[in-house]
Amino acid sequence: MRRVALKGVWWRRGRAVLTALAVILGVAMVSGTFVLTDTINKAFDSIFQDSYSKTSAVISGREVVKDANSGSSTVPAGLLQRVRADDSVADATGAIFNLSDTSNTVKLVKDGKALGSTDNGQLGFGFDPRAERFNPMELTQGRWASGPGQVVIDKGTAKDHGYAVGDRIGVAAKLPTRQYVITGVASLGKANSIGGATIAVFDVPTAQALVGKRGQYDAIFAAARNGVSDKQLVSDLKPVVPPSAEIKTGQQQADADAKDTQDSMKFVQYFLLAFGFIALGVGAFVIFNTLSITLAQRVRELATLRTLGASKRQLKRSVLIEGLVLGVFASVVGLFLGLGLAKGLNGLFQLFNIDLPQASMVLAPRTVIVALALGIVITLIASLSPARRVTRIAPVAALREGATLPPRLGARKPAIPVTIVAVSAALSVAGAVGVGSLGTSMLLVGVGALGLFVGVLMVAGRLVRPLAKVVGGPARRLGGPSGRLASSNATRNTTRTATTAGALMIALALVTLVATLASSSRASFRSADEDAVSADYVVTSKSGFDTIPPEVGSTVASADGVRSVSAVRHDEAKAFGTKVSVDGIAPNLADTVSLRWDQGSDAVIPRLGAAGAIVTKQLAEDQGLRIGSPVTVTTSSGRPFTVRVAGITDPKGDLTGDVLISQAAFDARFPRPTDLYVFVRAADGTNAATTAAIDRAVAGFADVDAHTRAQWLDFRGKDAQKFLMLLYVLLALSVIVSLFGMVNALVLTVFERTREIGMMRAVGMTRRQVRRMIRHESVITALIGAGLGLPLGLAIAAAMMAALDVPLVLPVASLIVFTIVAVIAGMLAAIAPARRASRLNVLNALHYE
Amino acid sequence: MRTVLIQDEQREEAPATAVVRGTEIARHYGAGETAVHALRGVSLEIERGKLTAVMGPSGSGKSTLMHILAGLDQPDGGQVWIGDTEVTGLDDAGLTALRRDHIGFIFQFFNLLPMLTAEENILLPLEIAGRKPERDWYDELIAKVGLGQRLKHRPSEMSGGQQQRVAVARALASRPTVMFADEPTGNLDSTTSAEILALMRDLVDGFGQTTVMVTHDPHAAAIADRVLFLADGQIVRDLGACDTHKVLETMEELRAA
Repeated sequence: MRRVALKGVWWRRGRAVLTALAVILGVAMVSGTFVLTDTINKAFDSIFQDSYSKTSAVISGREVVKDANSGSSTVPAGLLQRVRADDSVADATGAIFNLSDTSNTVKLVKDGKALGSTDNGQLGFGFDPRAERFNPMELTQGRWASGPGQVVIDKGTAKDHGYAVGDRIGVAAKLPTRQYVITGVASLGKANSIGGATIAVFDVPTAQALVGKRGQYDAIFAAARNGVSDKQLVSDLKPVVPPSAEIKTGQQQADADAKDTQDSMKFVQYFLLAFGFIALGVGAFVIFNTLSITLAQRVRELATLRTLGASKRQLKRSVLIEGLVLGVFASVVGLFLGLGLAKGLNGLFQLFNIDLPQASMVLAPRTVIVALALGIVITLIASLSPARRVTRIAPVAALREGATLPPRLGARKPAIPVTIVAVSAALSVAGAVGVGSLGTSMLLVGVGALGLFVGVLMVAGRLVRPLAKVVGGPARRLGGPSGRLASSNATRNTTRTATTAGALMIALALVTLVATLASSSRASFRSADEDAVSADYVVTSKSGFDTIPPEVGSTVASADGVRSVSAVRHDEAKAFGTKVSVDGIAPNLADTVSLRWDQGSDAVIPRLGAAGAIVTKQLAEDQGLRIGSPVTVTTSSGRPFTVRVAGITDPKGDLTGDVLISQAAFDARFPRPTDLYVFVRAADGTNAATTAAIDRAVAGFADVDAHTRAQWLDFRGKDAQKFLMLLYVLLALSVIVSLFGMVNALVLTVFERTREIGMMRAVGMTRRQVRRMIRHESVITALIGAGLGLPLGLAIAAAMMAALDVPLVLPVASLIVFTIVAVIAGMLAAIAPARRASRLNVLNALHYE
Repeated sequence: MRTVLIQDEQREEAPATAVVRGTEIARHYGAGETAVHALRGVSLEIERGKLTAVMGPSGSGKSTLMHILAGLDQPDGGQVWIGDTEVTGLDDAGLTALRRDHIGFIFQFFNLLPMLTAEENILLPLEIAGRKPERDWYDELIAKVGLGQRLKHRPSEMSGGQQQRVAVARALASRPTVMFADEPTGNLDSTTSAEILALMRDLVDGFGQTTVMVTHDPHAAAIADRVLFLADGQIVRDLGACDTHKVLETMEELRAA
């Protein structure tokens, strides 16, 4: 029997490949994700290993607050003398060197434009030219920078932008861009580039001045004397290490740095895997549908096997073997396709300004195992229901013409899917009206959404007729006889049409959900910004979320036409054991920004002084804070300070942080303070002259942009828009998978109707009309998918938005685009099946049995 | 896997023994006034080593009778035995074992598996049962059926007659107690029909293969040892061997009645 099943797959290999495509893409996405992230991890790992290869021990500041703008804490420069004095130490140096935060951002500027981006890293290092052994960079040309105005740049940047030793290049950190002389070119480890990062190496005092770490080092590197082990050195030096710093062996430091990047890659990995899983889910659905159709066409063959003595179990197993073969084939192909896709994904991320380091592809055993296991298991699961249905084929079907596959569970017992839909809808509504906490509500909506997907897929068969009546209208009226035939063909086997459309429905529902969530939240954030900000201009970093040096604000303040500026300092810190964002606000904040007060008023702002704070209602509720309650905040340097609640606000949107303190207090407490926004009040509102003056003022700073209020409101949504595009691209994979499902179903349908199509050709239907008929049917099926998916996506989005208490905003344009996409998908899916149908030999087709 | 044991000594007993027996078989579809009575209490015995033809016009119940005798359908009343096993009392596993070990089928549309060669199709029942073919029997069967050079061909590369020969060989591969043929010539031209009928006759004479054939072809009925005529769900004539002329005559007679 196994042989028969295998021969059957081989016999229908063309169809098998078409079926397998549905899973191949999902598996490729999974394996591609692993290959990509493993490759990146490996590239970073080798960089870190190389960086500390000649270092026995590293003393570095602790990371007190994750993702703080001010970075990790630093090590006092005076510590170096004590380290050098230790008997176990042969050599030691202090450096500005930190690969895991942005506090050392130094931009290389060409023609007024910063090279690279903060996302990829614009790294500034400071190394003593005499302590070359500790420098992770390898000089390939020239010599190390050894004084102010000198810089060594990385090989990748030199090559990409045509710089050589002796050239001048712009350098910008806290202050406006200044020209430096390139004294050398160097590479980091063996890597050609680390994912689009630019590196500028200075001598230590120059670097310290640039990044605002005078008298401090990020790390002290020490080499042990002969005969002293790295571990020994670490324990010898331990007594001199201050509590804000830690000491590790070179190897430990390399491993710790590598782990940091691995952790951040985990996020990318899970994010991409999620889309792989969605594609796999849609693929499973396609496989299920294709197998169901194929088996329906083989009822007589299967019944014959029963008359020959095959048991139910043998029949079931033969279907599962077919599924297994499909799964193995799809997984293996998908696994290798993933290698190619990894490159594609990297390209995709580059489009979104996220560059990833290059190294030779890593195909880890884990990738192979997970990809194969997922592909095989998913296919087998998709085969289970068809395999079960096959056992219900009566042997007597071998003697009957036109015997059909017994209906599946949902069709036999319609109460089941109807109940699922009703219960899921009830759950979603309960979540939407907000029973219990926000978490409970969202959970209810989530579970309800999942149930709705399943339930709607099961009842879809019953919705096909009414939907086809609507979406088939144009075809019937404008498509002539082909259109009318197509419309009735689409409703011939409603279950099949529903399942075929179902795959597209899932994909479109997700796209609609994402679009609606995005449009609603964007509208709500925008209106929050509109209400809060009345400034004439807003100055921010190019990205909008990176911070800018405080010098920008003071420069803008003296521009012509500017009446006043109000800078908002910003950094992450720790309070109540969690991360909080802290803003330092100027006394005149209320001139340009209105806070939504819960307790207190604008009068609180200028009176904050050294120890007052304004907290959000959320934080106050979470921590039980009232006016006068103390709040202890720990900055990235590890030093805590205490402020008292002077006011409570209930902000909408994300303009301001959890804790607002006075700018003076912020500057006193936080290391290396930077601004998130500079709000500008102009003397005569927004006008061309003032705009030009402000633009001139910020021109000297790299990656700083001035926006008018209107521009800024649009700019605030840009990043979300980019992210939305990324989601669309990734969800497109699932749309493509569902497209394969439609191609499959159509090819099988054409095959099934061979005789009928032959007959219609015999009575005078032209090839063109045949093609048109298939195309119309395909478009109608796709529109049924849209007709189910769009409302489903909207309904789920509406429930979520209601639970979040955010008004729903219909993304009308997007919905129209999705419908057009569905039509195009239908047309694309029909190309091959239509051609096949139109080329049938009329005589053979008529004799086809 | 379960096996249905049918005593082998029966095979060696006098040829007059009944291999298949049915008593008061009734089958109706639907209920009440609209009920269709396909069989109204049919009793019969099929003799060992004989070719029995079941004739009758469309709707006479002949196909239903065969389905029930072969355990493909359950009657609403009455019982069916093959050997001393009561078919009507078997569950699906029992029926499967019965079909596997004791019943062979020939179909109007051959029902060969398109992806298998002739030889693979023939050996399929043995493969399903997980048994090795008996070489001597297989060779003898192939020789008898006369496929010779065609064994490595697929159904799509063979004529209808050749396909039906493969189907006949497949039905006999597991040496069934009884072979059921459903309109075996229904999809063949007259020359090929005659060849297939001759082959079936030959198998009954040569191997003593008990065979039940449902047909509405008088030529087919004419090769049988016994011809049963069904009308309105009842056996209305039970004739011995008769020629085409006699069969036609009987059909006329029944139509007139």
